Amino acid sequence: MMRVKPSALVMGLYLLFLLLPIYWLVNMSLKTNTEILSSFTLFPRDLTLRNYMVILTDPSWYMGYVNSIIYVTLNVVISLAVALPAAYAFSRYSFMGDKHLFFWLLTNRMAPPAVFALPFFQLYSSVGLFDTHIAVALAHCLFNVPLAVWILEGFMRGVPKEIDETAYIDGYSFPKFFVKIFMPLIASGIGVAAFFCFMFSWVELLLSRTLTSVNAKPIAATMTRTVSASGMDWGVLAAAGVLTIVPGALVIWFVRNYIAKGFALGRV
Amino acid sequence: MIKTQNNKAWFLVLPVLVLVAFSAVLPLMTVVNYAVNDTFGNNQFFWVGLEWFEEMVTSSRLHDALGRQILFSAIILAIEVPLGIYIALNMPKSGFWASFCLVLMSLPLLIPFNVVGTIWQIFGRVDIGLLGHTLAALGFDYNYTNDPFDAWMTVIVMDVWHWTSLVALLAYAGLQSIPQAYYQAARIDQASRWAVFRYIELPKMKGVLLIAILLRFMDSFMIYTEPFVVTGGGPGNSTTFLSIDLVKMAIGQFDLGPAAAFSLMYFLVILLVSWVFFTVMTNLDRQESK
Repeated sequence: MMRVKPSALVMGLYLLFLLLPIYWLVNMSLKTNTEILSSFTLFPRDLTLRNYMVILTDPSWYMGYVNSIIYVTLNVVISLAVALPAAYAFSRYSFMGDKHLFFWLLTNRMAPPAVFALPFFQLYSSVGLFDTHIAVALAHCLFNVPLAVWILEGFMRGVPKEIDETAYIDGYSFPKFFVKIFMPLIASGIGVAAFFCFMFSWVELLLSRTLTSVNAKPIAATMTRTVSASGMDWGVLAAAGVLTIVPGALVIWFVRNYIAKGFALGRV
Repeated sequence: MIKTQNNKAWFLVLPVLVLVAFSAVLPLMTVVNYAVNDTFGNNQFFWVGLEWFEEMVTSSRLHDALGRQILFSAIILAIEVPLGIYIALNMPKSGFWASFCLVLMSLPLLIPFNVVGTIWQIFGRVDIGLLGHTLAALGFDYNYTNDPFDAWMTVIVMDVWHWTSLVALLAYAGLQSIPQAYYQAARIDQASRWAVFRYIELPKMKGVLLIAILLRFMDSFMIYTEPFVVTGGGPGNSTTFLSIDLVKMAIGQFDLGPAAAFSLMYFLVILLVSWVFFTVMTNLDRQESK
């Protein structure tokens, strides 16, 4: 017990440091604006859900969430659909230029979105995709497809090759083998890749803001409009922030054991 | 694993190639186009060669932004890497509390970047934020919108808050892979805590730590949203990092040529670092499979 105590203290302090700012956001979201501005209270005195009601009843607010969810879902589906076969190829075969291609994919994960913001804007405007969900979904493929390929490749390497060979001997065609046998084997890998695609698409703002104006405007961009002539609507801003944290917080329990692997691009 | 040589595997990679080419190569070509041309609007371009590059290489504005960027990346690496390792060493090894810590620590990583900015913007305000209010109550003259030093402190603490968990999680994953036998051997040899760390834990964490350092370097090098939300690059230009400067130039002032030249040089730096990253990682993979 003597040895456990100091480490528990360190962890306690660190978690406190992590949670205090989040607590403050939640705390503010449950206060009225007068309470926020007029007095300094550590917890809400007049507990109010007004800020959440504002968001959930006003289409210009909640459509932000709907838009974000649409393009994030599209992005996850596209990323996984193209990344699955590619990751299989990288994990099983060596072919001409495979290493260069793998490296080139990585460079896209590392590409600063700021470099791509303007060209994306022009590219998608010129093909008439500006302000559509699919434009944002495609733009986010820039970093999510490489990420999905890397994560899936990491998981696929753990599956012994004999399984593939046995399946072919048993007369399975490649597509049937892939869907019926191989995909269930790496189900956790697919889940983790999907989670990370979801996450990185969800947290990204620069590209999604640049590529949308009204119809596909993400929640993160909607949040900037709380600055109005009558001053800042702090309560609503805090409530909107809390609602953007919820999706990640809900699913994180399921991927907790893989989270390091995901952030390390499948390389742990 | 021994891989089969088969060039037909290209067909499986083709969809990725097409998609990423569309979302990476095409836009990059546009950037190249802007970087060597001048435009007066109406899609009329005039060839200017390397003029924009020369202008950017000698621009003091770029030098300043680059200097701030390097300083920022260096500071956060110096804080986050040791702190992350320290936290990982103190994490519970297994059971409910390990999962509990993992989930809570991951929380900041899943918050949209601009919400991270918003959280700290609120948290640091003297009138309504816990941090700002406490500092003011303790007698500090803290104001991140006016004082460059306070702005820097806020942005750095925010980044430490946001990303230290990433380093900790990776280091933790590395620690988990160390067999118990190593620790038992160390105990028999009566090795000190420092010796255990230096000769057992650190070498075993080398791989994941390299990943962590490079990821943190890359991501901090292209940081945009969080400091933009908190300080808007100010006060003055004191927290204007490379990405913020780039977006200001390209979208704010519409100086496409210089911005494009800047983008390309920025991208080359990224490419170089990615290459180091890739080489290190493939070498480590090869060592492991031996």
